[in-house]
Amino acid sequence: MDAKQTAKAYWKENLKYLLLLLLIWFLVSYGAGIIFKDELNTIRLGGVKLGFWFAQQGSIYVFVVLIFVYVRLMNALDKKYGYNN
Amino acid sequence: MGVQVWTWILVGITFAIYFGIAIWARAGSTKDFYVAGGGVSPLANGLATAADWMSAASFISMAGIISFSGYDGSVYLMGWTGGYVLLALLLAPYLRKFGKFTVPDFIGDRYYSNTARTVAVICALIVSFTYVAGQMRGVGIVFSQFLQVDITLGVIIGMAVVLVFAFLGGMKGITYTQVAQYCVLIFAFMVPAIFISFQMTGSPIPQIGMGGKVEDGAYLLDKLDQLHTQLGFKAYTSGSKSTWDVFAITLALMVGTAGLPHVIVRFFTVPKVKDARKSAGLALLFIAILYTTAPAIAVFSRTNLIETVSNTAYKNMPQWFRNWENTGLIAWTDKNNDGKIQYVNGAALEGKTPMFLSERGEHGQRVISNSSTGPNELYVDRDIMVLANPEIAKLPDWVIALVAAGGLAAALSTAAGLLLVISTSVSHDLIKKQLRPDISDKAELKIARISIVVAIIVAGIFGIYPPGFVAAVVALAFGLAAASFFPAIILGIFDKRMNKEGAVAGMVVGTVLMLFYMVRFKTGLVGVLDPLPESEWWFGTSPEGFGTVAMLVNVVIAVVISRVTPAPPASVQDIVENIRIPSGAGQASTH
Repeated sequence: MDAKQTAKAYWKENLKYLLLLLLIWFLVSYGAGIIFKDELNTIRLGGVKLGFWFAQQGSIYVFVVLIFVYVRLMNALDKKYGYNN
Repeated sequence: MGVQVWTWILVGITFAIYFGIAIWARAGSTKDFYVAGGGVSPLANGLATAADWMSAASFISMAGIISFSGYDGSVYLMGWTGGYVLLALLLAPYLRKFGKFTVPDFIGDRYYSNTARTVAVICALIVSFTYVAGQMRGVGIVFSQFLQVDITLGVIIGMAVVLVFAFLGGMKGITYTQVAQYCVLIFAFMVPAIFISFQMTGSPIPQIGMGGKVEDGAYLLDKLDQLHTQLGFKAYTSGSKSTWDVFAITLALMVGTAGLPHVIVRFFTVPKVKDARKSAGLALLFIAILYTTAPAIAVFSRTNLIETVSNTAYKNMPQWFRNWENTGLIAWTDKNNDGKIQYVNGAALEGKTPMFLSERGEHGQRVISNSSTGPNELYVDRDIMVLANPEIAKLPDWVIALVAAGGLAAALSTAAGLLLVISTSVSHDLIKKQLRPDISDKAELKIARISIVVAIIVAGIFGIYPPGFVAAVVALAFGLAAASFFPAIILGIFDKRMNKEGAVAGMVVGTVLMLFYMVRFKTGLVGVLDPLPESEWWFGTSPEGFGTVAMLVNVVIAVVISRVTPAPPASVQDIVENIRIPSGAGQASTH
């Protein structure tokens, strides 16, 4: 592959990761914490209703994990395409 | 030793540390001054970003806001953290690869247009000034509450401190001071939270204590919901805003966060693209420590407050109640003459804050002239929730003093970051890039230093004489960042076909629409126009959430116009291809 094709393939994989991670980002906050909060509130996590928990705790934990997963995925991707120098 | 002495000692020690760092980290070039030489480690940048981001509002007000709004307060928790995911995935690595000093730099180069650059500079200045005024006010309030000095004097002391480390060190001085400030503020926030969580639920971890059981065996949140319902409030865990509005506000805050120039610029300071990604993750981790503790504090203090005051005689109130009544943040009127405090749903006052008369009532309470006719007898300022928490939980004096030092650290670190953006906008984006491209690095550095002094003085004046619209314009700052910068940057990276016509039109329409909605529904125009009521909101969108709509309009207009106008030149398309791959990121530099 020449440099241009490599860059294109790298970008495509990058976009795939982004879509997947942003889907999770959307689901835990707007999904679990807002749109489906009333349904989830019928389930309890110890002393907290689940929808409320996602809105005030859970979504934030997932956000942190998401970024570190992204860092790992991208470091591996950089290596695969030789962009890690 | 009393609280006063402890406060002076702790504030003195922390200020001495900030000064020491400022002298150690002097800036020698514009590169030092704008991006700390481009050699900040991801860990240091993560800590500095967290301190930069968490302002007096996060530290002092947020837990209180959540405490009084329950589920509705979630918009701030998700909105002010979720934006970092967008920042890490969609902005930081690419802007770092681009490798310039400022957001207007990117906009100006990517859209090959000084008009675009100027629009971006104006947006950056509006956003940063509205924000910084609130910080200086925060410094003044902390000084006056804890050290009994005048608010004006407090603001002036704060100005002097920021001046020293920002003037000497620029971004370099600010970065390393912010690292120290993060440590101070997080320690100050966590210590009382841990004590209180342990006292109320037996768990030293507030995030777990929040879902734990209280002494009588009931779950804390169930008990709070029950207390709320009894007193006529909405249950704590269910909100009163519409689902759409919660959605819109959260999205506007997230996107606004990712578009704030003082946050974005932090990612220009690390050596590599890889470091930009990692430091965004670390920054959010450090922020999340405070942001997941705040809702727990909100639950603890709300329960504590209701249990302490509800239907209890004024003469049996603890000392903290009288202390805060004396500072004017609590007020009580005995409307039914039973000597007890009735705290129920509804406004206790006509107007926003209590107007105290000089005399005392029959129980020793301060008499106010503007109590309402409703049954609620108690006014409580929401800021008390964090400030008075240590006293309410009977914690030692040094913990109370620590909260003061933490509040100051939070306000000063954010103010410094914003002031730097303002001075960079003037010295780099306006003077170097537009008016006098031929000036030397030394001359530019001098101009940067002069503009930071001017910016501090202007911000200080705003702090001493706060314009009445400050609270409204802070919400506007997020809406504006969402409606202006964010789409222009994202499209600049992800849409190679985006051209200057599309981007400029999108930014201008987005910004104007946001300003229009804000004036029409929130601020009004003094003497000309009153803001319209809630029933007139478009699609039931509050002004705080309208940034989401304005952003979408920006994107649609930008995409449509760019497709009917000429494609950007090949050299610009090359820039886009180049920022998409992470290798070969040079140090942040001018041309």
